[in-house]
Formats: sequence, structure tokens, C-alpha cells
Amino acid sequence: MNRYPLWKNLLIGLVLLWGLIYTLPNFYGEVPAVQVSSAKATLKLEPTTVTDRLANALKQAGIEHDGIFADATSVRARFASTDLQLRAKDAIERAFNPNAQDPSYVVALNLLSASPSWLTSIHALPMYLGLDLRGGVHFLLQVDMPGALAKRLDATTGDLRTLMRDKNVRHAGITREGNTVVVRFRDTAQREAGRKAIQDSTQDLQLADRDDAADDVKLIATLTAQAQKTMRDFAIKQNITTLHNRINELGVAEPVIQQQGADRIVVQLPGVQDVAKAKDILGRTATLEVRMVDDSPGLLEQAIAGNVPFGTELYNERGGSPLLVKKQVVLTGDRLTDAQPGFDGQTNEAAVHLTLDAAGARIFRDVTRESIGKRMAILLIEKGKGEVVTAPVIRSEIGGGRVQISGRMTTAEANDVALLLRAGSLAAPMEIIEERTVGPSLGAENITKGFHSTLWGFVAIAIFMTAYYMLFGFVSSVALAANLLLLVALLSLLQATLTLPGIAAMALTLGMAIDANVLINERIREELRNGATPQAAIAAGYDRAFDTILDSNITTLIAGIALLVFGSGPVRGFAVVHCLGILTSMFSAILVSRMLINFIYGRRRKVESLAIGQIWKPGNN
Amino acid sequence: MEFFRIKKDIPFMRHALVFNVISFVTFLLAVFFLATRGLHLSVEFTGGTLVEVSYAEAPQLEPIRQALAAQGYPDAQVQNFGSARDLLVRLPNRDDLDTTGVSEKVMGTLKAVAGPAPELRRVEFVGPQVGKELASDGAMALLLVIVGIVVYLAIRFEWRFAVSAIIANLHDVIIILGFFAFFQWEFSLPVLAAVLAVLGYSVNESVVVFDRVRETFKKKRNLATPQVLDHAITSTISRTIITHGSTQVMVLSMLLFGGETLHYFAMALTIGICFGIYSSVLVASPLVMWLGASREQFVKPKKEKEEAVV
Repeated sequence: MNRYPLWKNLLIGLVLLWGLIYTLPNFYGEVPAVQVSSAKATLKLEPTTVTDRLANALKQAGIEHDGIFADATSVRARFASTDLQLRAKDAIERAFNPNAQDPSYVVALNLLSASPSWLTSIHALPMYLGLDLRGGVHFLLQVDMPGALAKRLDATTGDLRTLMRDKNVRHAGITREGNTVVVRFRDTAQREAGRKAIQDSTQDLQLADRDDAADDVKLIATLTAQAQKTMRDFAIKQNITTLHNRINELGVAEPVIQQQGADRIVVQLPGVQDVAKAKDILGRTATLEVRMVDDSPGLLEQAIAGNVPFGTELYNERGGSPLLVKKQVVLTGDRLTDAQPGFDGQTNEAAVHLTLDAAGARIFRDVTRESIGKRMAILLIEKGKGEVVTAPVIRSEIGGGRVQISGRMTTAEANDVALLLRAGSLAAPMEIIEERTVGPSLGAENITKGFHSTLWGFVAIAIFMTAYYMLFGFVSSVALAANLLLLVALLSLLQATLTLPGIAAMALTLGMAIDANVLINERIREELRNGATPQAAIAAGYDRAFDTILDSNITTLIAGIALLVFGSGPVRGFAVVHCLGILTSMFSAILVSRMLINFIYGRRRKVESLAIGQIWKPGNN
Repeated sequence: MEFFRIKKDIPFMRHALVFNVISFVTFLLAVFFLATRGLHLSVEFTGGTLVEVSYAEAPQLEPIRQALAAQGYPDAQVQNFGSARDLLVRLPNRDDLDTTGVSEKVMGTLKAVAGPAPELRRVEFVGPQVGKELASDGAMALLLVIVGIVVYLAIRFEWRFAVSAIIANLHDVIIILGFFAFFQWEFSLPVLAAVLAVLGYSVNESVVVFDRVRETFKKKRNLATPQVLDHAITSTISRTIITHGSTQVMVLSMLLFGGETLHYFAMALTIGICFGIYSSVLVASPLVMWLGASREQFVKPKKEKEEAVV
């Protein structure tokens, strides 16, 4: 009477087999590997050709490899020892990046699972370990959206000025005031002309009138909500792309760069120990701005005396004299497509060659044509502080979008500046608001600690259950082991990040999961105590306990889901494992244990007694 | 083996008032300590910088403190962490501090101090804006758990059960926090996770008892509500003790093998489990009784047959 239909047994068997297969890769450990991925956003990696090149490069260098694996974004080769791995890295680096100044590929050291390739081919991978277990750096960066908005409005101010001039609309000044751009007119007729010109050219601005006096009428322009949203989205995307490029310079094997919330970016660099360098590269939130220098006589002296004229800012030129720079931005780094270090053709000085996009080239041509003989300043804005990289005199109109900056630079500085500019200037400044570094020894220790807690806790529970409930307790322990197996398999399959709190959740889930089996076993005892036959007691025990198990698991799950929704970092790691564990425990505690009990007792015609430990009846003593 | 050989239902409800008074006093004490001492919040909540280093041999703390003070960190807390060879340096956030470079500067200072060379184990820097969010997210999570559990229990059982379960278990949460306030243990994110997990876990305990209550109401028509509760608690007590014992074994294993990181996590769970048993059984059940749970709420009245005589 206690028999599962064949399909149910098969299904449970298949699920357990699946669990076993996907748990397997976790036992193999890791081997050294070298990973090749694209260093440029524009360069798509062709897995097949890269694989061939990689194999050739290793063959020429005479280095044995243990297999090459390719996926959409990277190609990895495994090696027998770290010694071979290091030699291979050099060989691959030479083959893939002949020009070390401008690498097209990131060649990084990595660790790969040592599991056989048939497991890898069905995507059975080991669990994805979090930074607290493998060591590395975690950053949370906040994008300065108000800063980005202010910058955008400054650019708008310049655009409007150009527009008014092109359309022959006479205005009495255009300024940014807070989050608005104010356009002044002498009379309403000009204002109407101005309004029409603006509305014809852009939909991003919302216009409102303000009349302060008969001859001082104004248009107040604000960015529409839609435009602001687009700007925010663009700023964060641009920053993420830029971070990708910068981190590629670090040569990290598996960096994680993700948006978190509306204005934050998470950067995780597993295995990176040199935090200072990582931070240096990330923290260089440099933006490039081209502005005009105000060389009007007397103004500079006035500014140095502490009275900076309206619409200008005082800066120090790199290693040079102070300089008065207009606030209005001619060009920003967004218009920059490339920056390369090099040398001036005539003076042989170190120089940086910039390439601008079409719009940038046009603006640059116009500006240089109108300002021959004047100076323009190229500013690098880092964390809100500007530095004038150079302030060259414009000798002639510069068309075609190719610009060269030279003067007072060493070769190393030119390299530095080019790298910063090339890596893309960020759309909006960013600030590190959270940092977590875990050394490799602590990571390994955390794994051992987590593993030991789970192991010894499990052993203790298994011993107690078997002693207390005999055969039924043993079956419960097997079901608990099945739960662990399925949980690990599920985590491996989902590649959910396992952290130390995650391991703690695993242990805790096991400790809680045994509840279901205790409930069942107690029910069976109770049924026996009330005089039910063994077979009936098993059936009734499982049936009656089911409702309770369901109710209690759902309440626990509610807490788990709340943690998942509102938790971040360690709490989230805990919650993921906790929730998954509750689901697997329902399966194993009810179905797996029942299947085993059915195999043991279900087929027998006559069962005299159940090995569930002593059944004490109130009437017996 | 059979630990629990109970002949008659234990009259728990006769002492209901005593249990609740004990629990109320503990609760008040917890609130008192929370109010007077406050929680020792970890760097995740307060914001600041934490650097953990390990030495080959135990370093002298005083020169390290002096070196850090000389570098402009007079408010640095330097203490041993776990063993004498491990060191924890904590720095609060200050407005005038260049936050991004702190950890490097601290490491540099530690390396410059004469004596054994430090090995970097862990750095945590949390900006001021993150900490506040974590606290509000934690509060939101707690709220969601409470609402979720009350709604679920109200649907599955009855509102009286839902309210009693949540009152009994929230007071567990306050008691755990009270312990953390009294001993000034560090309250970190994993501890918060543990507290919320305990909330789900001890409600689960009440659910098991309530399930029995519902069943007994349906089965035994001659019992009054207190007797029904006594019967339900008595017949589940064996399971209660064994389950919690097993969970506690696991938590104990974490306490023994889990190291410093899991220490307070396991501590919160231990307190939660002990008080969870007490409150969900001996506090929630009397509350149900006083709120006026009765058989009629579970047994649907039989429809009277209306036969028409033609």
C-alpha cells in the first residue's frame, strides 16, 4: 500500500542524478589557466579564430596545454602548472598584443575548474564563489547625477548661444541658474523668435516666460523629465563602458561591472590584491573639457587678488602659471573618439594626438577659426577639481577633427594623459562609496570554516537522528544529504554567488530542514501509539505532517524573500541560499524520504513493526 | 529512545499569566538596554573604514596607535580580533577625510611601524550615504516579513492566530537586540539576516502548534479552548525540542568552527532559538486564548437541511 508509482520513483531518481552531476564539478578543484578577452569595446571577440590563434601561439612557444575553452566573451586555456601558466601568458601576450602600447586583447591569469570537459560542456560548473571566499576587491561607485545635469546645462547654454547667433535672434545674455538656463531678451518679439528657434531645434527643453521688466523679458528653459531620464541612463551606461575599458587595462580575468539602483555601479575584481592601483585607475574619474582662456589684460591680476570675474574660473596650468578660464564649455570628452601618445612632428616633443567625432570636429573648427591668436585650455577634471593640462595658442583653424596637444609634457605624462582620455572620459563624475577587500588567505580560511561548520553540524544531526529514530532517522539523514546535494547543484547551475553568509545559510537551512522529518517521524510514532498498523501509520504520518510542513516552510520563505528583496551584499548572499534551501528541503524531506521508506516497507505484505525507535504508550508502565 | 513520556496533557494554560509576565519583564529589560546602551553597529551601518591585518607574531598595540595618531587618525580604534596576532583598525568617517585613500594610508602606516610585517586580510570602507540606506532597508525587510506573515497566517488560520504569532515573535527580535545592546556585541549585516531568519523560524514554531490547535478543535468537541491549547502543545512538545535541538546543534557547530565572522551570526541564532521556543509556545498560545479563539472559527456550522413538504 505504501508504494509510489514508477514514474514518481523515476522522477525522484532523475532529480537526484541531476543533482549529483551538477554537484560533481565542485569536487574537482581548480587548475591554472590563461584567459584572453577583448580589450576594446569596439573589438568583438571571434571565439573560433581566437582559439586557433591561441593554439598556434602555444604550439610555436612549445607549451603544452590541457584544453582550450571558448565562450562568447573570452577564450581560456588550461595548464598543468602555474609555471607553464606564466610562460604561456608571456607567449600569448606577445602573439596577441604585438603593440604593447595599445593592447587589443586582455591576457589575464585565471583559475579554471579541473572538471572533465563533458561536465563543462553541459554547463555543469563549480559554484561561483563570492569575493569573501576567493579574495579580491569590491567597490560601489556613486555617479554624481546633479553634477552630470549641471554639465549638460552648461553645454546647453553654449548650444543656445550658437543657435541664437545662427538664427539671428538678438538676446541679452544666456546663463545657467541652478537647474535652469535663462535667456534674456530686450523685447517680446525677439523672445518669440527665440522660442521658435529653440523649439525647432530641440525637444529636450521646456520653456517658460518670465517678465521682470518691459525691457527685460526672459525665457526659462529646463530639461524635460524625459530628457533628464535619458541623460541619467546615458551617463550611467557611459560610465560603465568607461569602467570596462579602464579595468581591461588592469588585466582582471572575471571583472563584474553592474548597475545597481538608479545611480550606482558595482565593480568586483576577483583575485586583485593591488587595491591601490585598482582604485587609482577607477578613481581617476577624469573628464575632459575644452574651454577658452580669458586673456583680457588686468583680469588675471584681479582674479589672483581674490576677485574672480563673473563667468570665469582661476586654474593653475600643469606645472605653470595661473590662468583665467571661461566657465563656458566649448567641447567635452564625449566628443573624443581616440587619444594616442606620440611625438610632435616638428619639435619632437612628447604629444597627445586626439581624434574628435564629426560634431566635435565641427565645433572645434568653428571655435578655432573665430579665435585665432587666442588661447584655449584643455582641462582634466578629476573629482570636481580641474587641472589645465595645457593651454596652447590657436595658430590656425583646425579642421578634420585631428588635434595635437603638446608642450611641457614628458613621454610618461603623455602616455598617462592619453590613457586617461582614451579610456573615455566619464559622462559624470563618480565617487567610491563602499569598498571591500578580502585577502586570499582570509578567503581560503572562510571556505574551510564554512565547510567545517556545515560538515560537523550535519554529522551531529545525522548521528542523533539515527540514534533517536533508528531506521527512520537514518532515512531522514539520507534525505538531508539529498537536500544538501540538490542545494549545491542548484547553486552551481544558477551560478549564484556563494559567500560566507551563504554557507552559513546552507548550514542553517540544513538545521531547519530536519524539522520536516522530525514532524513526520513524530506523527508516525503517534499514529502507532494510537494503535494504527505500521503501513497505515506511515501513510497517515506523511499525509498529516504535510500541511504543517507546508505552512511552516512558507512562513520561513516569507522571511527569506523579504531578505532577498531588501538585502544587499552579505544579506542577499544569505537570502538566496536560504530561499533555495527551503525549496529543496521540501522536496527531499517529503519525497525522497518517503521513496526510501516505501522501498524498505512498502513492498512487504505484512509488516510487524517499524524501526522508528521505542514507542512508549501511556498504558505500558 | 523516547524522551517524552507524557501521560496527561500538561496544563500550560494554567500558568499562562506567569509565562507572559516573565516574557514581558524580559522584553522591558531588552527595551531598557536598547534605549540606554544602544546597539554597537558595525561599520556597514555607521559608515567608516575597517582594516583587518594579520601578523606572524603578536604586535604591540601602543606603537601602532601612536603611529596612526601621528598620521592624522587620532580617533582610530586598534584592537585584537580573534587572536593576538590579528588586528582590527576602525576609523569613523569624518567630513575632512579623503575617504578613498584611507585604507592605503592605514596599511602604509602599519607597515612603517617597527616589528613584524602585517598581512592585509580585509578592508571595508562604507561611505556615509550607504549606511543610512542599509538601516532603512533593514527596517523595510522587517516590515515586509511582519506583513507577509500576518497576512499568510490570517488566511490560513484566523486573524487572532496571526496577531498572537507576530506579537510573540517580534518580542523575540527585541530580546535578541536587547542582548546585543547589553553585551555591546557588534551588530552587523549577517546578524540582521540572522534576526530576520529567526523571525521566520520561530513563527514556523507557532504554526506547528496552531496547526495542532486547529486539528484538535475539529476532532475533540468536548474540550474547552485552554484544554485544546494544552493538548496541542503537549502533543507537539517532543517535536519542538528535537527540531530546535537539531537546529541548535548546527548553530553550535557554526559557533565552534565558523570563526569570528560567523560568531555573532550564530550568537543571534542561539538566542533566537531559545527564546523562539519559549515565546512561540508559551506566549503565543495564551495570546490566542485571550484574544478569544474558539471552535466555531474552525468548524463550519452544518447547513440545516431545508426540506419542503409539499
